[in-house]
Amino acid sequence: MNSVPAIAPAQAAGQRLRETLFRGATFVAALLVLLLLGGVAISLAAGSWPAFAHFKFAFLSREIWNPVTDEYGALAPVFGTLVTSLLALLLAIPVSLGIAIFLTELAPAWLKRPVGTAIELLAAVPSIIFGIWGLFVLAPVLQRHVQPWLIDVLGPLPLVGRLFQGPPFGIGVLTASFVLAIMVIPFISAVMRDVFETVPDVLKESGYGLGATTWEVIWQVVVPYSRTGMIGGIMLGMGRALGETMAVTFVIGNAHRIGSSLLAPGTTISASIANEFTEAVGDLYTSSLVALGALLFLITFTVIAAARFMLLRLDRRALSSV
Amino acid sequence: MSRRALRTFYNLLALALSGLATAIGLFFLGAILWTLIKNGLGGMSLSVFTDMTPPPGSSGGLLNAIYGSVVMTLVGILIGGPVGMLAGTYLAEYGRSSRLSTVIRFVNDVLLSAPSIIIGLFVYELLVIRMGHFSAIAGAVALAIIAIPVTVRTTEDMLNLVPQGMKDASTAMGAYPWRTITSVIYPAARSGIVTGLLLAVARISGETAPLLFTALNNQFWSSNLDAPMANLPVVIFQFALSPYPNWQQLAWSGALLITLTILVLSVAARIVVSSLAQGGKR
Repeated sequence: MNSVPAIAPAQAAGQRLRETLFRGATFVAALLVLLLLGGVAISLAAGSWPAFAHFKFAFLSREIWNPVTDEYGALAPVFGTLVTSLLALLLAIPVSLGIAIFLTELAPAWLKRPVGTAIELLAAVPSIIFGIWGLFVLAPVLQRHVQPWLIDVLGPLPLVGRLFQGPPFGIGVLTASFVLAIMVIPFISAVMRDVFETVPDVLKESGYGLGATTWEVIWQVVVPYSRTGMIGGIMLGMGRALGETMAVTFVIGNAHRIGSSLLAPGTTISASIANEFTEAVGDLYTSSLVALGALLFLITFTVIAAARFMLLRLDRRALSSV
Repeated sequence: MSRRALRTFYNLLALALSGLATAIGLFFLGAILWTLIKNGLGGMSLSVFTDMTPPPGSSGGLLNAIYGSVVMTLVGILIGGPVGMLAGTYLAEYGRSSRLSTVIRFVNDVLLSAPSIIIGLFVYELLVIRMGHFSAIAGAVALAIIAIPVTVRTTEDMLNLVPQGMKDASTAMGAYPWRTITSVIYPAARSGIVTGLLLAVARISGETAPLLFTALNNQFWSSNLDAPMANLPVVIFQFALSPYPNWQQLAWSGALLITLTILVLSVAARIVVSSLAQGGKR
């Protein structure tokens, strides 16, 4: 009786072995992604331990940063990080929203691609480029034309005026926020555009059918429908702004102090680390900088995780540009 | 004004403002590129590519920095690329809808947006302290860690574009999954995966923060991976903030060089991706 020759047992075993090896390799690589995040958390915790053990909770509440007397507090950089990021968002959100509306509802088809790509390319420009541009081009312009105006016009006002006191340095908190805003615009607008594109046409058509104008459809149909995704995109942009290093380091002025004026120099967590880490002498100094890094990690992790959670609903492919 | 006219007015105003917002975004891209070209082009000469970084006041180039950047980016992608591809393969093929994959995807997305300076600190604690000195390999590892989440994401997306029918056909022939993946799925998704790697290279080649305290810098030529190595971003950082005109000029030239490289890589990658998404399988 003739039968079809089966695969030799040895060959089959070889196939199975390769399958196990390959599958194992992909699994290990996937686990490595988890390990990376865990490793980052553990190494930051370990590195910052001496500082937290020495200063206790006072590390979080003190403004002092004095390498000579070896006393460190995180308040000024944390404050600077939050203020620059929030201000950047304040500037970036309206522009990003405008860009997203333009790209989804307004632009003719032939214009969508090139304009969308150009905005995305802004996100590809390395942060150090934003830094030198901010320092040598933007800061002088702000110093000469914008800041004197802010001081003259807004400075005398009650309450708001306190934000615009002092001489126009050019560099400082406001300039850093401005650069950050430009940097996060492409991220926020890309997410908003993708979110807007998930709005079912039927909903929009219903709006138009009732006689609504384009703007009314956008504001009363598209925006409410995409609210979660928009907030997710904004928080994603905030995550970028919080951790942004080089651009801020160039233009913030690196002063460990909390001032009420936005025109004064300040510092952020990442700028402090970038500026001082290689020059830090002594374990406590180094550990305090790592502790700053740990705080930044906690803050950004929370913000980014929340953002990603809000964006989970979205089609993953729609977000591949972010 | 009648109610209708008011609504039309608001409509036009809002649409005009959104056009203005787009113009603002494009303006800043243009302004940055213009500044780079204006300040960088003047300093472009052959010596930029043939001479070492100079001491203050004398002439020189960026050769050691360019070399260092290329080496560290290549080593970074050689480490990070395969890991990212394998992890992406796991997510797209083996663990498609398992709970673990959902967690890994989420963590990968978080890593994708994590501040790069944190990665620098991590590698400092992990490698630099243990080795006792700054080194190019530490810099390359930091870049690899940044490249991994990018590669994971693009690989998974690209593998998902491969039609299920092709996978089924291979499985029906009796092929084990590894055979299907390496002989059918990878070739079908090849240009997409390569594009993902290009994007990862574009992402890491301009990174400065993670190199500051891993690879540090080196004023001289060094091809030793176990020693500090010059690299374009850190040289730009140091030279731009210096008071010396010749250093600042080199910083602008370096900035132009690095930005053009990255923009070309990004545009090329985008063209491939869009032709993939529209055209189909290859």
